[in-house]
Amino acid sequence: MESIQDNITAAEIWKLMKNINDPEIPVLSVTDLGIVRDIKCNDNGIEIFITPTYSGCPAMDVISMSIRMSLLHEGFTNIKITRQLSPAWTTDWMSDEGKEKLKSYGIAPPEAKTFDKNYLENLVIRCPLCHSGNTKLISQFGSTACKALYQCKDCLEPFDYFKCH
Amino acid sequence: MTESPNISTYPLVNFCLHLADTSLIMGHRLSEWTGHGPMLEQDIAITNIALDLIGQSRNFYQYAARVINASKGSTNGQGINEASEDTLAYLRDAREFRNLLIAEIPNGDWAKTMLKLFLFSTYQFFFYERLAGSADKQLASIAEKSIKEVTYHVRWSSEWVIRLGDGTEESNRRIKSALEELWPYTGEMFEPAAYETPDTKKRVSIDVSEIKISWQYKVKEVLEEATMIYPEDKKTWMQSGGKDGIHSEHLGFILAEMQFLQRAYPGCDW
Repeated sequence: MESIQDNITAAEIWKLMKNINDPEIPVLSVTDLGIVRDIKCNDNGIEIFITPTYSGCPAMDVISMSIRMSLLHEGFTNIKITRQLSPAWTTDWMSDEGKEKLKSYGIAPPEAKTFDKNYLENLVIRCPLCHSGNTKLISQFGSTACKALYQCKDCLEPFDYFKCH
Repeated sequence: MTESPNISTYPLVNFCLHLADTSLIMGHRLSEWTGHGPMLEQDIAITNIALDLIGQSRNFYQYAARVINASKGSTNGQGINEASEDTLAYLRDAREFRNLLIAEIPNGDWAKTMLKLFLFSTYQFFFYERLAGSADKQLASIAEKSIKEVTYHVRWSSEWVIRLGDGTEESNRRIKSALEELWPYTGEMFEPAAYETPDTKKRVSIDVSEIKISWQYKVKEVLEEATMIYPEDKKTWMQSGGKDGIHSEHLGFILAEMQFLQRAYPGCDW
């Protein structure tokens, strides 16, 4: 049974997680991305449940390590990090704050919800630099597994789009 | 001391290894295009797809390792003789690999790779769609996750098949020749191996013969749009054996390259 102390600890750990950034997109934290799913504390230690974004995402190992280092640094011991595959990670779990941060960083945030089949059709993706909707898809696959490459036909700059997943 | 059961005969382990090996070998083949793609964006795209596939194989290998270790009574992943994703991927020999033959066939030119990827990802799409309903929760989770990525693979590769088929005279010639070379490798996808059948009744694995119709329908649709003719497969001899460890001459070369480092420097890491 969870004690009040356990709940306080879990809340502290959620705060710590907000400071752990994605190694590829450093403006986003693991909580902005919805990677950390649950935190459980009890007398035996703490267990953090994380979910991988893409199956082959190489950042996941780094993120696990960052989480562990951060907790060890705060004096926590008995840390268990459990990878949870289901329910499958989706960009629907990205916070609105996260989407705004992406935009200011120069990456177009995901449009539409995954269960809306439109995500595979041609959506209007706005240029994060000049905000024009006159953009074109260059490739479904970009610099990382999660991004696609677009070009703005107005300002002519290329930009990454974080794919709806 | 009692003999531990021969884990290599467990249907679930063989099924997991079949899925892991298939994704790994396919991912490895696609990664051979790294730095050699016809255009930068396509080079990046195909390496992303390879990465997705390798990620899927990791999930299956990790699960297989857990099942193997649990059957031996060890659970903490620290023992010398314990299975891990690395021992399974890097220390098994060709006869132990259970991948589909289509994964090990050489890439050939861009047309052959695109068509190979299209035929394969379409199969994966319908396969994972069914596997997401497996009674085994871990397999179902892996399928649920993998199908999202495979959806992009199908879309990308089918667009390329259409572009090449309905392209220039040369692209059309190359992709038609690719179709003739690859077609004999498509039958194996729908023939259940002995280790798949017991678990199908328990709804752990799926009956691959049941997804054949959906696959044929989709392939026919794309080939026709690419101005190609769908081959009637009753006239084609279908290659098989991969699922049971009987491979073409190609797998040996792939493993020699892929496994060299771990075998030359056992236990090495970064």
